[in-house]
Amino acid sequence: MTLLYTEVEEELRASVRDLLADRCGPDAVLKRIESDAPYDMDLWKTLAHQIGVAGLLVPEEYGGAGATAREVAVVLEELGRAVAPVPFLTSAVLATKALLEVGEEDLVRELASGDVTAALAVPLSASPYRPLPETVTVGEDGTLSGQVRAVAGADVADVLLVPVGAELYRVAAEHARVEVVPSLDLTRPIATVTFAGAPATALGRFDARRVLAFGAGLLASEQLGVAEWCLDTTLAYIKERHQFARPIGSFQAIKHRMADLWLDVVRARAAARNAADLLAASSAPASDPPAPSGASGGAGADAELAAAVAAAWCSEATLHVAEESVQLHGGIGMTWEHPVHLYLKRAKAAQIALGAPGAHEDAVAELADLPGPV
Amino acid sequence: MTGDDVASLAREFLAAHDPGDRLEFLRARFDAGLAWVHFPEGLGGLGLPRELQLVVERELAGTPQLDTGVQGIGLGMAAPTILAFGTEEQKKRFLRPLWTGEEIWCQLFSEPGAGSDLATLATRAVRDGDEWVVDGQKVWTSGAHHSRWAILVARTDPDVPKHRGMTYFVCDMHAPGVEVRPLRQITGEAEFNEVFLTGVRLGDDLRLGEIGDGWRVAQMTLMNERVAIGGAPVRRGGGMMGVVTETWRSRPELRTHDLHRRLLRLWVESEVTRLAGTRLREQLSAGQPGPEGSGMKLAFASINQALSGLDVELRAEEGLEYDDWSFRRSESVDFFGRGPGYRYLRAKGNSIEGGTSEILRNIVAERVLGLPSEPRVDKDVPWKDLPR
Repeated sequence: MTLLYTEVEEELRASVRDLLADRCGPDAVLKRIESDAPYDMDLWKTLAHQIGVAGLLVPEEYGGAGATAREVAVVLEELGRAVAPVPFLTSAVLATKALLEVGEEDLVRELASGDVTAALAVPLSASPYRPLPETVTVGEDGTLSGQVRAVAGADVADVLLVPVGAELYRVAAEHARVEVVPSLDLTRPIATVTFAGAPATALGRFDARRVLAFGAGLLASEQLGVAEWCLDTTLAYIKERHQFARPIGSFQAIKHRMADLWLDVVRARAAARNAADLLAASSAPASDPPAPSGASGGAGADAELAAAVAAAWCSEATLHVAEESVQLHGGIGMTWEHPVHLYLKRAKAAQIALGAPGAHEDAVAELADLPGPV
Repeated sequence: MTGDDVASLAREFLAAHDPGDRLEFLRARFDAGLAWVHFPEGLGGLGLPRELQLVVERELAGTPQLDTGVQGIGLGMAAPTILAFGTEEQKKRFLRPLWTGEEIWCQLFSEPGAGSDLATLATRAVRDGDEWVVDGQKVWTSGAHHSRWAILVARTDPDVPKHRGMTYFVCDMHAPGVEVRPLRQITGEAEFNEVFLTGVRLGDDLRLGEIGDGWRVAQMTLMNERVAIGGAPVRRGGGMMGVVTETWRSRPELRTHDLHRRLLRLWVESEVTRLAGTRLREQLSAGQPGPEGSGMKLAFASINQALSGLDVELRAEEGLEYDDWSFRRSESVDFFGRGPGYRYLRAKGNSIEGGTSEILRNIVAERVLGLPSEPRVDKDVPWKDLPR
């Protein structure tokens, strides 16, 4: 194992970064968020077809790249750095992981190509460590009825994956009503998804904790990318911005805050890399027996602890860096035209996504044997 | 040479040497190049990548170990500086007994008038033939009372700006004119000392590096010091965290919800700091510590202080007691020993020793992030003309 980046990972990063620099600069994103199509599906298709990001987690026998959580994490860092409005986390990570866990093959193949997009129909705020809210039920005829709020990536999904109890169902998007609501995070809008007797196919038993914890551990890498952009951009600004006849970055009151932010980001990088590395190791290929999940021990427990640590730390650290970034930009940081607010909004939404920091700390209590009061 | 080769080398060594005789065993280990494998051959190493040392440590885990509490300054600071700037004679003379612990080292850097602004130091070294005559006062000198040698920075040219007029020496702590007085600390004991240097004569063969190059040599020591304080490998949940969690697990009646939340946050912070240290060591495995080490020391100090404070609070009645206030010399530097009150008070030093947290933030801001320094009035003025 290594906490550094391999050459292959750096090459993947470079190709994603080049494409995003070309197609997804701050001006383009600012324009898109107020358009009819907040998700950039052309960019998504290019990422999928040219670089193959949609199939990173998918084994080669199903048309994917047979890569691991480590490569996925690098892509997430770059997408976070650009707050790129593409359904990578929702389709290529969460939905794909859910399908791989239930052993689905055909849809996985389609998702890997990038031609079909899916979303896991759970609130983005769902915690891995609590039962999912039971807002959808199965009728006697096998159809689904009910409503799920705050689903990310739903409006661009062709297929919705709906957990009901311990079972995962597949519903074609045209059989659900998907209403995009005004979202705090402008670059990852959420929608309310309503099923009214929607035809559904049962796919198998679904371990929500395993899938959501996997997602939370990798979301940490996206958060790292957000934090890195905020730190770099703020650093450039305070070197240029002059007040009192000197760069404001020469004042100790500001330098010391920047040093603390840098230290937070250094540790976020180590935590996110560690989570990606252990999640990669514990996600055994399809032919191997599944790694144990939860506190039952082994690589699965180590990976879950690493994911909880990364999720707790990167959520708070990234939000802190984004908030400081707005403050250190002064008045310009409060304007709509400067992109820093996109990062603040992503950081705040991501803090809640897939378990708030407190939920991950509770998981640490369980996994690291630090019990609460009796 | 691979990790397996190093492991079999260590096993062969162990088969051929009796660990029963501590000193002879350590001397032989140095001569076999298994002291610090990244040092050159003949100087306790094999010229291998630094990370292979872990293989040696694993193989020789059950054998006599170094006393890092007493040898810390020698191993962590003097040795890398001697290796980088010493002559062949100096390396041959000093490194072996430094490593085996036959000769203990201390550090004569800080002065009453030169703390964070170390470069303003006033201890003078004046050339006299083949010798230097040293006069001045040093302070915060851990372990001076059992040291054979010290690393010393002194002013050799007061007529140039302060950073350019210093020279680095090895000081003979047994030389006439060296007087060590204990300095009592807030813990009650005296881990540190004041050292008075009066007409101390040092041969020019004890000079480390060029005349006037002392600041550059000292930077090497200081960067290594920060790594030594903040960058030591710990296991998950180890260090100060291990001390606190032992009580936490064994005494459920002490737990509260508030302490639980704070403990969990500190556990997460300790863990990500540990991982960052591991990552930093991976990056540095071939090279030298850079200014990034300053960041690890910052984090280490803050976590240690928060955890040791939580420990006192957690223990309630026991936290109100203190093990021993008597004024005595400490045998070694110990962050994790004794009672919770001692640890709490000792940890206050972690954000002061080896560069205050404020200075470390400046270093990170200027050398890592490239931010401009505050306007300086002392950079181009000859040292003798600076206000004091």
